[in-house]
Amino acid sequence: MGKTLFHKIWDEHVIHEREDGNVLLYIDRHLTHDLHHRLFPLIKAQGLSVKEPDKLFGVPDHSVPTTAKTVDDIPEGEMRDTVVGLQKAADEYGFHHFGMTDDRHGIVHVVGPEQGITLPGITLVCGDSHTSTHGALGCIAFGIGSTEVQHVLATQTLWQRKPKTMRITVTGSLGFGVSGKDVILAVIRAIGAAGGTGYAIEYAGSAIDGMSMEGRMTLCNMTIEAGARFGLIAPDDKTITYCKGRPFAPTGAKWEQAEVYWRGLVSDTDAAFDHEITLDGDEIAPMVTWGNSPQWALPVTETVPDPARESDPLVQADMQASLDYMELKPGMALSEIKIDTVFIGACTNSRIEDLRAAAAVAKGRKAKTRTLVVPGSGLVKKQAEAEGLDTIFLEAGMEWREPGCSMCIALNGDMLAPGERAASTSNRNFRGRQGQGSRTHLLSPAMAAAAAVTGHLSDVRDLMKEERS
Amino acid sequence: MSGKPKLEPFTTFASVAVPIDIANCDTDQIIPGRFLRKSADDPDYHRILLHDLRFKPDGSETDFVYNRPPYRGGRIFVADINWGCGSSREHAVSVLTANGVRSVIAPSFGDIHYNNCIKNGVLPIQLSSEDCATLRRQLRESPGAEIAVDLETQSLTGPDQTRYDFTIDAFDKHRLLNGLDDVGLTLAFEDEISAFKTKYAAKHDWAT
Ligand code: SF4
Repeated sequence: MGKTLFHKIWDEHVIHEREDGNVLLYIDRHLTHDLHHRLFPLIKAQGLSVKEPDKLFGVPDHSVPTTAKTVDDIPEGEMRDTVVGLQKAADEYGFHHFGMTDDRHGIVHVVGPEQGITLPGITLVCGDSHTSTHGALGCIAFGIGSTEVQHVLATQTLWQRKPKTMRITVTGSLGFGVSGKDVILAVIRAIGAAGGTGYAIEYAGSAIDGMSMEGRMTLCNMTIEAGARFGLIAPDDKTITYCKGRPFAPTGAKWEQAEVYWRGLVSDTDAAFDHEITLDGDEIAPMVTWGNSPQWALPVTETVPDPARESDPLVQADMQASLDYMELKPGMALSEIKIDTVFIGACTNSRIEDLRAAAAVAKGRKAKTRTLVVPGSGLVKKQAEAEGLDTIFLEAGMEWREPGCSMCIALNGDMLAPGERAASTSNRNFRGRQGQGSRTHLLSPAMAAAAAVTGHLSDVRDLMKEERS
Repeated sequence: MSGKPKLEPFTTFASVAVPIDIANCDTDQIIPGRFLRKSADDPDYHRILLHDLRFKPDGSETDFVYNRPPYRGGRIFVADINWGCGSSREHAVSVLTANGVRSVIAPSFGDIHYNNCIKNGVLPIQLSSEDCATLRRQLRESPGAEIAVDLETQSLTGPDQTRYDFTIDAFDKHRLLNGLDDVGLTLAFEDEISAFKTKYAAKHDWAT
């Protein structure tokens, strides 16, 4: 029987297999960010060191204020200590570090692929759940906890249980105004926030083939919101073109060798998955979430659901709790939900294509809400400015910020006030995620821009009708 | 296999259990992001567990179940589906251990949080949705009721003396029973790791 893409990569990295099926895996790339700076003194205290510093890449993102250009711009305190702490560790152990004044600096999951650190066929880890993002390039990339981070630092390996495999096939092609964000919200809605728990999810089908690398990264990014630690897509021409010439990608004979290998990284036609799901890509509409789990997503054309229609009392209670927290009533049109703040950014949707999509909607319009546009890296920012996207945002009355995680996790001063409601391109609508008492509706960059210029959740397809025809 | 005990080994354990009736209780709820830069040495660290459910913005307590005696101080949680989903923050386990919580029983767990529990000597026990709902109901009806867990036999005893069996990965069980730390285990594989690296570099020179 054939092998799945996941198994092909996995098997190449097994150092040792125990009788109970647990394996010791070799890790090709390790990414780290400011929140891990305390782990370096911890391994030191155990008499350990960083085993392969050339495979470790650090970038401050969670704690960087998006109004600051340098470390000195950060006010004294926790935020600054965290950013400085990572820099110090990089100096001490000699791993790659892209500091705030480096154009390569940005959100760890934007920087990895952008720099060619992320490549098809590798194993990549980071102490961050959205490490699943990198699987879009056809690799095994997963989030780990901080004890596991210490283990990788000290040994460049990790003990793992092999996950089950699931294939999600998205057929057809995506319609106008529909993006990777809408696909993943439709997927999570279909399988539930725990639907992927214990699985590695491979995405396939014509709608996935048709997606850009950015769209694929959005899809894999939020795979963790369906419970799966791994999302991956077989590398194709687009992937290989994307990787070519990136600073940390192989060159010359090594590139030739890699390309031959990468071209074989597909699930064999007779490979068996533990679970298979098919979605019709033509049917997917722009999505928004209404509750406090990404699974509470609906097409923007629908209304807030009624928990009373739900038969399972536990689900009913969960829905009701979400409605109470979000201050929404069953039956109201989703497009009637008024928004206070719009956030366009986060590792989900802060790449150049995302900013282009938002700018296309913002162009010639005025924002009715406070709107923050936060590029995913210094290089994305530069590219956007070269294309004049910053001018479009600024003319629309939106704020154009320095790269970082920003309001996705609200650790850098960018946050919502209690009760405030955001339309956000980030990946979590959890209670309090964007500030204590904050309310979050997740959506795509185009939909976020539409919410900004109308002041409420809106179907971007209606807004863009004229331009389209 | 070698390795030195680092954590308190997990054997049998009984405690007052706390029913947490929240589906998809994500790690942002277990520890809100704004506390992520706090050191576990902070004397108020234990207060961070489920902080926004337990405390009002003015710092006063809500009537959340874990605040109420006799649940307060309970060292076993019985939760609902997808406990610990979301962020990989290991602080979500540190705040459990800071409060003495040694086991969480739920129908399903976030994968990363599950692993983080194992690595910190907290036993995650998976039971069916129905069994968890039954246990939570019994704990609500009999505040202060206890649950007894026996990892060796992979079973637990509910407040009404019903016995439930659970499954756990053999390696995870071994780690918990012995309080082992993975780095200790892995260092014994040094030779195998370097042999692997030589072989790997020969085959995948582009990746090294
Ligand atoms: S942007 Fe948000 S989800 Fe992404 S790494 Fe930063 S905090 Fe995490």
